[in-house]
Amino acid sequence: MDKRNGCPHAALASNATFLSAIFVVTLILVRLLYVVYCSGRPLSKRSSKPISTLIILGSGGHTAEMLNLLAVLQKDRFKPRSYVAAATDNMSLQKAQLLENSLVAEDGTKASDNTAQFMKIYRSREVGQSYITSVWTTLIALAHALWLMIKIRPEVILCNGPGTCIPLCAIAFMFKVLGIRWSSIFYVESIARVRRLSLSGLLLYKLRMADQLFVQWPKLQQQYPRAIYVGRLM
Amino acid sequence: MEGEDKRRVVFVTVGTTRFDSLVKSVDSEIVKQELFAKGYTHLLIQLGRGSYLPSKCEGDDGSLGVDYFTFSSTIAENIRSASLVISHAGSGSIFETLKVGKPLIVVVNEDLMDNHQIELAEELADRKHLYFASPQTLHQTISDMNLSSLIPYSPGDATPVAKHINRFLGFPDD
Repeated sequence: MDKRNGCPHAALASNATFLSAIFVVTLILVRLLYVVYCSGRPLSKRSSKPISTLIILGSGGHTAEMLNLLAVLQKDRFKPRSYVAAATDNMSLQKAQLLENSLVAEDGTKASDNTAQFMKIYRSREVGQSYITSVWTTLIALAHALWLMIKIRPEVILCNGPGTCIPLCAIAFMFKVLGIRWSSIFYVESIARVRRLSLSGLLLYKLRMADQLFVQWPKLQQQYPRAIYVGRLM
Repeated sequence: MEGEDKRRVVFVTVGTTRFDSLVKSVDSEIVKQELFAKGYTHLLIQLGRGSYLPSKCEGDDGSLGVDYFTFSSTIAENIRSASLVISHAGSGSIFETLKVGKPLIVVVNEDLMDNHQIELAEELADRKHLYFASPQTLHQTISDMNLSSLIPYSPGDATPVAKHINRFLGFPDD
């Protein structure tokens, strides 16, 4: 008797668990689709306040391109600015610091306004590292990216490869889905990419994580119709 | 001062890479002869991480002077004072040279797998902003090159990208 009584209850309970699991999954999926739909669409409210900006510097030529973009960006709109570079990259943050110092020098009275911060991030994979150990290092890089994103909580992310930006963009996208923070991600593909997107560019494009993806050659734009070509940075 | 005026330096740079086959190629007699025949007087090589060392030479006996160093923070200065730049295919070196309007031969490192940087060098060579060679064909490129046929590179402008970003975020146009 007990057994027979217990069975329907258990079935009911497991049914409820099953249904609520489906409900939660559906909710997440709907939210995911909504976020993908909204990403890539211009923000509807007209901005007037400055927006906190995360700038990811990719080393070498990538950093040079990013600094060219920053040179023409209105600094009073994009602030405070946080710069992130790979832990193994010794040059990029120095260059960004030089740029920020020159801004303070230009505009001495507002020095206190100029709240730029500089941070380093662990890379998920160094050149030549084995794929087995890179599983572990990727997890560490993701955790570090999560920590940095919680600290910075940017509304705008500017990045241009290589892979340093991927964990940060993934966390930013997760924040969007979870409703923690809405950030607009702008990715500029390297000028060195003429025929094909880089792996980072391809990921952000295919997974629709970048709101706007710029390429620097018209040829490349023809292959990726959602990409934008409005000229070169270099 | 007279001597300084006649100095025509070829600056070779491999950036932070290891590119011994390029250094060997510019150090070969055939390439040095072609450069000398074109009126260049000195060869300055930045070796990067390579292990091949060229032989230094003063160059006052009617041949090309050869000098080298491994790394320097003043590459930009070396480029500015050069009459010809021979570079690896890194975008940093390429644009640094084009920006100051120096004639450029980009030599591609065929030892690198999946070297996407070839794309950029080829595209810019198609547009006649530079010459494109391999370590094996460098001497031929030097002998065939006609620097007056190169088209000066006009630097890009980030303003349209910035404008796009501003519009997306709802900032008013200036």
